[in-house]
Amino acid sequence: MTLHVEHELHTRRKGRNYGLGLILAAFIALVFGLTVVKVLQLGDAAKFEKFDHVARPQIIPEEGAGE
Amino acid sequence: MSDISASDQGYEANMGDYFALLKPRVMSLVVFTALVGLLVAPVPVHPFIGFVAILCIAVGAGASGALNMWWDADIDARMKRTAGRPIPAGRVAPGEALGIGLALSGFAIVLLALATNFLAAFLLAFTIFFYAVIYSMWLKRATPQNIVIGGAAGAFPPMIGWAVATGGVSIESVLMFALIFMWTPPHFWALALFVKSDYGNAGVPMLTETHGRDATRKHVIIYTLLLVPVAIGLGFTSIGGPIYLAVAVFMNAWFLKGAYDIWRRDDAACEADKHRVEIKVFKVSLYYLFAHFGALLIEAALRLYGLGGWS
Repeated sequence: MTLHVEHELHTRRKGRNYGLGLILAAFIALVFGLTVVKVLQLGDAAKFEKFDHVARPQIIPEEGAGE
Repeated sequence: MSDISASDQGYEANMGDYFALLKPRVMSLVVFTALVGLLVAPVPVHPFIGFVAILCIAVGAGASGALNMWWDADIDARMKRTAGRPIPAGRVAPGEALGIGLALSGFAIVLLALATNFLAAFLLAFTIFFYAVIYSMWLKRATPQNIVIGGAAGAFPPMIGWAVATGGVSIESVLMFALIFMWTPPHFWALALFVKSDYGNAGVPMLTETHGRDATRKHVIIYTLLLVPVAIGLGFTSIGGPIYLAVAVFMNAWFLKGAYDIWRRDDAACEADKHRVEIKVFKVSLYYLFAHFGALLIEAALRLYGLGGWS
């Protein structure tokens, strides 16, 4: 008896699976595009860095700068 | 051997069947009116964010369509117009439609909130709730006024589009809502007058069944009369202008004439010409909505060049 790697169901549902794959790929593209636009709309890269939970000395106002 | 029970089924739903659950024709109207609401707003929106917002509104509308088809599968099976829908035709299981409806609703609302603002997302959530629960589950089978109140669900999209751009609600967006809200009853009752038997077979309390066709004709003219000031009034707001007003006057006169013709008729006249007038008025009602929103779009486009509007 030969082993059938692909069940008959896979062939039958091929169109559906490709469709779902495309929808998921489009969703990823959508979220990526949205992220790019939102970040660019901030206008200032420093604002974006503030969203990062890492200390960024370059965006902290220098102590004693006004003295 | 019972590996996968689904392999026993005779028919496998394809993407087209799932897409049909989203009521693509209704979706096209939603996309158009939401897009107009977004584009006529005084605040510019980044094109990509605008695209995502319209997509979310369309998917949300589609999701409420799927929820409606899940709930109304028994009614749909009894009507000629809807018997071919995926669930009554046996192409999609009811549970699948419910799952798709709920999942897409969640996706659309959350994505709209993240892409734009919470007000727009709230309005979309309320629209889905209104259509699926208030209209489909409650009003549709309970009262002949079902489409009057249920029409609100179809009226929200331009308000959502406006909220996407401005983050608020204003007289302009309320009037765009009111335009579709007041337009829905005469539009639907004109349809009900020539597909009468269908709703009766399904046990849906349409005005034609509960109060008779003469009362329905009266309702068509009354609601058309109530619609006129809303449509004209929108012309005097910041999104209106002379072009819109000219279109509104012409279209309202045309629609009003049709409603008057319907009102003057009786059943004998309808049977004699196979509902020619009712079918014509139904078509006019479709042009009516597209013309009004199209005119708003033209005014907005002209404003970009310093033309349009009242200034």
